[in-house]
Amino acid sequence: MRELELDLDAFEGPFDLLLTLLLKEELEPREVDVAAIVLSFVELMAERDELDLDACGEFLVLVSALLELKARTLFGDEAAELGELEPEEAAEELARRLAEYRRMKEAAAWLVQRLAAESDRWFRLGPAPLAPRPERRLAPQAPEALARALRALAVPPPTVSLSHMALRFPPVLQFLERFRSLLTRRRRFDFDAEVDELSRVEQAVALLALLELRKSGEIALSQAAPFAPIRVSRVDDERILEWTARSA
Amino acid sequence: MDSPLRLIAANPVDRLARTIEALLVVASAPLSADELAKAAGDDPERVETALGLLFERYSEGRSGIVLERVAGGFAFRASREAADACARLFERPVERGLSQAALETLAIVAYLGPCSRPEVARIRGVAADSAVASLVERGLITEAGRESGPGGAVRYRTTPLFERVFGLESLASLPRLDDLADDTGQLRERLLEVAEARAS
Repeated sequence: MRELELDLDAFEGPFDLLLTLLLKEELEPREVDVAAIVLSFVELMAERDELDLDACGEFLVLVSALLELKARTLFGDEAAELGELEPEEAAEELARRLAEYRRMKEAAAWLVQRLAAESDRWFRLGPAPLAPRPERRLAPQAPEALARALRALAVPPPTVSLSHMALRFPPVLQFLERFRSLLTRRRRFDFDAEVDELSRVEQAVALLALLELRKSGEIALSQAAPFAPIRVSRVDDERILEWTARSA
Repeated sequence: MDSPLRLIAANPVDRLARTIEALLVVASAPLSADELAKAAGDDPERVETALGLLFERYSEGRSGIVLERVAGGFAFRASREAADACARLFERPVERGLSQAALETLAIVAYLGPCSRPEVARIRGVAADSAVASLVERGLITEAGRESGPGGAVRYRTTPLFERVFGLESLASLPRLDDLADDTGQLRERLLEVAEARAS
């Protein structure tokens, strides 16, 4: 409990000091925010790995005593209030309270008599029956529109295509070999024309193979404009072409 | 000679009386004239007239069922001459075993309600928690909001069942408190006498 540091509106410091100040009546219990103290304690406990039951027990006792102290100051002491009155006023107040209670006691006695007098009255007892629910007024409906809506609902949904689950990707190696052998026979070829008859998946794998060959420096790629056919040629051919162009 | 079945006639008020009779048989709590008029789909004034016919028919000594004006409405009950037979067959769970504390609490809630437990405790000088809980469980009092301000205590009032059990037309039928006991003057004099005796 010594570790519990508080930062309240009315007090800032360790919990023990707060209790001492309260007991010495140097601090008004009504000004102390007990909920904030509890929160601080819970936060302190949460920081620890293990629950300290002794500290929790001690805190509960202290904070409940604090609450009682605060409640007493909040609601005042009736005896003390009476003590502040003059003897005649106190007698008047007491007489008023006693008379009030006596009247209620008499009223209770009247109820007892009334019960006895009514003991031969028997009636049905039961839970109140449920009131009928008010009828829901619906907007005017056309039967044809309803039929159309139902018909639309009754149409079986389109079959979901699962073809993508059966996709098989050809190995990149297959296209690497194909393009290499092509370039041994021809100096250059048009990629788009070469893969035109393949499926989209095969075209994608062929492009990967092309990029792989470009990466390893085996081929040169050129494209006249975006989306124009990709032209693939041997690397040495490109160098000769560049050299010829420069020397010209 | 008057026949109990004289009501069965073709006149419209008689027909309305039969409808009201049926509604009261089905109801488990007293029905007000307005509720009866609404359910019967008729005029409240004609309902009062029909109720007059029913009061005539269902009265003590004339029928085993008696129509009574109770708890702000109208309800059937058994005739008093059948009370012993009813007592052999049925229990009275609501009012059985009401303690003095519960009766005093009930009186305070009936006269001062809606009022809270602290108010009851202030008048009686002892905690009223158990008495209030018992009365709520019996259905004689019920919650009626809270006192104003944050954390205000729950307030209680009596229920229509309280009026029915005690045979009251409404809470206005309770006797005036001043008629029950008004001896503040005597009490004051006695207290002053005691104070003077101790001072001397």
